[in-house]
Amino acid sequence: MSRFKKHGDKETPAVSTASLPDIIFMLLFFFMVTTVMRETELLVKVNPTSAKEVEKLEKKSLVSFIYIGEPVQGKLGTNTRIQLNDAFGTVDDISDFIAIEKEAREEADRKFLTTSLKVDKSTKMGIVSDVKQELRKVGAFKINYSVTEQIED
Amino acid sequence: MARKTPEFNASSMADIAFLLLIFFLVTTTMDVTTGINRKLPPPPDPSIKPPDIKDRNVLNILVSKSDRLLVNGKQGELDMLKDEIIEFMTPHFPDDPAFPEVKEETIDLIGTVYKSRGIISLKNDRGTSYDMYIQVQDKIAQAFTILKDELSEKKFGKKYASLNEDEAKAINAAIPVPVSEAEPEDVGSN
Repeated sequence: MSRFKKHGDKETPAVSTASLPDIIFMLLFFFMVTTVMRETELLVKVNPTSAKEVEKLEKKSLVSFIYIGEPVQGKLGTNTRIQLNDAFGTVDDISDFIAIEKEAREEADRKFLTTSLKVDKSTKMGIVSDVKQELRKVGAFKINYSVTEQIED
Repeated sequence: MARKTPEFNASSMADIAFLLLIFFLVTTTMDVTTGINRKLPPPPDPSIKPPDIKDRNVLNILVSKSDRLLVNGKQGELDMLKDEIIEFMTPHFPDDPAFPEVKEETIDLIGTVYKSRGIISLKNDRGTSYDMYIQVQDKIAQAFTILKDELSEKKFGKKYASLNEDEAKAINAAIPVPVSEAEPEDVGSN
């Protein structure tokens, strides 16, 4: 009689999983595109500080990084060390490091090269100042203090 | 009659995709890409004498070894620093000897403005912590953002961040960020 009467005990059809691969592929492509493989392994602990007035770092290919902090490996002591690319360095190595970084970029881009300083919170300014003085000497004037954005309270 | 090609079994596709997905999930590092941009001054030229700057035009900020602030010789608080900088850098007209000198300048798009001659001198000890240094830099940046916002609200009726390139240039010409960093030294034991 009723049009909506249930016809016996028909089973509910199983959810079609045919589109599952598509969904997964979509996610996969997203992560493939956003992934930046870390080229350098961190040898120093860097716990970044935070600030309110931060800017986005643009043109990541034109950025070279200098890490300053305590060595990760305990046996290397707790003295603050400088890491350039994937090895420890000293202040005197910075001029060579910048020269190599400049060499690796195209000539037109060289003047836009930014040096990003990733420095641990508890570091003393002495070593940071030495690095800055050295950067001034070699003409790498554009620097960026890497900090995270502070959430408004 | 052409033989029918057997249908490709796609049920393992999801598994393969999952495997790759998990790999990329694990290797992804959302890196910190934010920071404070600064430009270092070129090395001092010994043949050029540093210009004489009147005392009233300089706001001295000294950060001691134990992360304490000294603003123009008086002990300061980090929370107060922003307001102090804003007060210092706001052009005062007519001339007030307690504040930096002002000069009149005509700038495209915004016309004649009073421009402060104030300079902020930031000096830190070798023992100052990096965290404190960044906090001070941040406060200075915040103060200038507020000053720029104020002027751009007045001249263009919108915030500095939403100005176009030429307008932003005009505001930057009216409010430069005159921060001078002294060579660090050991300024004292406390």
